[in-house]
Amino acid sequence: MEMFWYIILVFMLGMYVVLDGYDFGAGIVHLLFAKTDDERAAIRNSIGPFWDANEVWLIASGGVLFFAFPTLYASAFSGFYLPLMMVLWFLIFRAIGLELRGQIHNRLWEKFWEKAFGIASLFLAIFFGAALGNVVRGVNLGMVENGLSTQEPQYFFLQLWNPTLDPLAEVHGIIDWFTILLGVVSVITLTIHGSNWIILKTSTDLNRRLKGIIFKLNIALVLLVIGTAALWQYVKPFPLNNLIGHAWLWIFPLIAGIGLIGQFWIKKFKKDGMGFLFSTLFILGSFATTVASLFPNVLPSTNSVNPSLTIYNVAAHEYGLSVGFNWFVIAFLLVVIYFIIQFRVFKGKLDDVGGH
Amino acid sequence: MEDMILYNRLQFAFTITFHYLFPQLTMGLSLMIVYFKWKFLRTNNILYNDASKFWMKIFALNFAMGVVTGIPMEFQFGTNWAKFSELTGGIIGQTLAMEGMFSFFLESSFLGMFIFGEKLLGHKLHFLSGLLVFIGSWASGYLILATHSWMQHPVGYEILENGKFVLNNFSALFTNPWLLPSYLHNQAGSLVTSAFFVSAVGAFYLLSNIHREYGQVFLKTGIVFGLIASIAVAFPTGDMLAKNVVKHQPATFAAMEGIFETEKGGSEIILIGQPDMENKKLDNKIAVPNVLSFLTYQRWHATIKGLNEFDEDIHPTNVPGLYYSYHIMAGLGTIFIGVMVIAAFLLWRKKLYQTKWILWILMFMIPFPYIANTAGWYTAELGRQPWLVFNLMRMVDGVSPTVSSGNTLFTLLGFVGLYILLGLLFLMLVLKIIRKGPETNLALKS
Repeated sequence: MEMFWYIILVFMLGMYVVLDGYDFGAGIVHLLFAKTDDERAAIRNSIGPFWDANEVWLIASGGVLFFAFPTLYASAFSGFYLPLMMVLWFLIFRAIGLELRGQIHNRLWEKFWEKAFGIASLFLAIFFGAALGNVVRGVNLGMVENGLSTQEPQYFFLQLWNPTLDPLAEVHGIIDWFTILLGVVSVITLTIHGSNWIILKTSTDLNRRLKGIIFKLNIALVLLVIGTAALWQYVKPFPLNNLIGHAWLWIFPLIAGIGLIGQFWIKKFKKDGMGFLFSTLFILGSFATTVASLFPNVLPSTNSVNPSLTIYNVAAHEYGLSVGFNWFVIAFLLVVIYFIIQFRVFKGKLDDVGGH
Repeated sequence: MEDMILYNRLQFAFTITFHYLFPQLTMGLSLMIVYFKWKFLRTNNILYNDASKFWMKIFALNFAMGVVTGIPMEFQFGTNWAKFSELTGGIIGQTLAMEGMFSFFLESSFLGMFIFGEKLLGHKLHFLSGLLVFIGSWASGYLILATHSWMQHPVGYEILENGKFVLNNFSALFTNPWLLPSYLHNQAGSLVTSAFFVSAVGAFYLLSNIHREYGQVFLKTGIVFGLIASIAVAFPTGDMLAKNVVKHQPATFAAMEGIFETEKGGSEIILIGQPDMENKKLDNKIAVPNVLSFLTYQRWHATIKGLNEFDEDIHPTNVPGLYYSYHIMAGLGTIFIGVMVIAAFLLWRKKLYQTKWILWILMFMIPFPYIANTAGWYTAELGRQPWLVFNLMRMVDGVSPTVSSGNTLFTLLGFVGLYILLGLLFLMLVLKIIRKGPETNLALKS
């Protein structure tokens, strides 16, 4: 049963990154690349009916994590206390930026909330990349000092940074050069992804410019991905052991690679949805590769005193997990139906859907 | 350790209090919006469609506030109450995960359609999407109350050697005797807030002589909903819940009612008085003899155990807070019934719209249902403490072991600042929507 819930959780988080990811990307494009008010309005309309439902994937993933892997939920949420609280604050600003902007027709008011929405999106993109970096690098479980645990073996607390920003320091922080690097990768990835969504759902002049921007960003992304992969080896040796043992897992990096390379044809695509498809493949492929390389760990330990958290030592009891299976299947089918209805109602271009 | 618990409690109390200002309006309002839309479909009176769209705007703003302040609630179980989450997550995580899967997806998907989709969907499907939003929001309340009920009255669990609570009976979570009374009580309370809100806006329109025809629709609907809901809060739902408390949490009941000493021959009901915790008695009290015994057991001389008979170890942590919360809630609840009965009478005699004094009262009632609902939740929560899980797990055993009190205070201050900003913005915008009033769309009339 642990395996089932693990796959479900990874799937739901993947859905969240793909769906809310394009919202963040759209926010970044809105902040940095949109030039006219019409372009900015089109961007907001393209995510207006969706962002709220997309954010539900985060809440629902949180719920599933809480229920299926309570020890991981407790350990990670208290250990990453400060950055999580800041994520909450930025999520609030992103949401009210979008919702409040249209409520008063005043230039200053509108400008302020547009910036709030854009900047919050940018920071959230950085945070989610950095979060992935923290999980990959691992944490000091049990807060070991001088070879002795100072806390129960499943708990830890991370400072925001240590002065050296060294991921291999004995006492590291949330922010070090490795996690920052992943933050940058995340920003570029989501900017490309969000641009593709805008191209898919709108039809302003911005779209032609965005294709050029995507092309350039993708060159940077390829270089960064190669660089990150090399540094990954340095921060966490033998990351690909799992993949070497299980040949079928290579499908994930393969998917990521197709998504990454395919993006270079952005200017040639006949259909507006192709770019979005490729950026989705890259995000899902690289996310799955990362998760698979950690398996069965979900939060590695950086010390040798306490074991890593794995899906087996953090899971809830068997009965609860099996009974949850029944309602989850029903709920999931319903969610699929809602999404189909939602996408059919709001199919096509949304430049003038109104309301925002 | 003391500071750690204090700041964690303050942060949770502050964020949940602020959060629940929004769902308590949206749950009730969603039903009223569906009613307006249904009434339009039946009568083809465009006023009702305009009304449903007007309240939808206020709903959407409230809903957005509810969502953004709700996410921190789900996170805070893990961030601030990690030990509690670790030990009980297999059980309360169950209902919380169901809330995400069953209600949030439903609400958020169809809310977008209800707000953006009137033209795309046509009136019947538009009504249906509103109905689904209503179902989603009430399902959310149900699953939260199921979680809450388990903490008040744990069922269907066993405790392992390592201290973990594991579920051994899923359906027990939903047949919990605590659940139905508290759910119905809570939903009726939510309807009170929205019904008073709708009638207050109606009264405001009539008194300021703007949007008169809408003002009358709002008053008519608000008062009918308000009368039913105000009575339902007290009887049967409040009564059912109080009987649960007296049965399963007798010390809490005594503290709520301000009964320190057991009175042979029947207990009085305290209307006013201040608990004196140093001397374990009630000062300056005004009370009616034997009524509490009758309300509780339907016998005038039934004995009710006073607080002094219970071990101090299991006394509610904050007896005066609990006592005041309960009395504020019950006192306001009684006033609500009175106001709504008078208003309904005048409505029936067709005098309501001309009777200025009752319109003034209705307009100024706006904050009080919020206060009563909040006080009701304080009664429930203070009544359970010192326990997190009643009789099984104390607050002190539930906090996050590695989050220092300084870090909690830092984030608490952050939330206070941010929520003050949110509250001010909300008030400003909601007042603007109300002043602008409903708009009619003649193109939709056919």
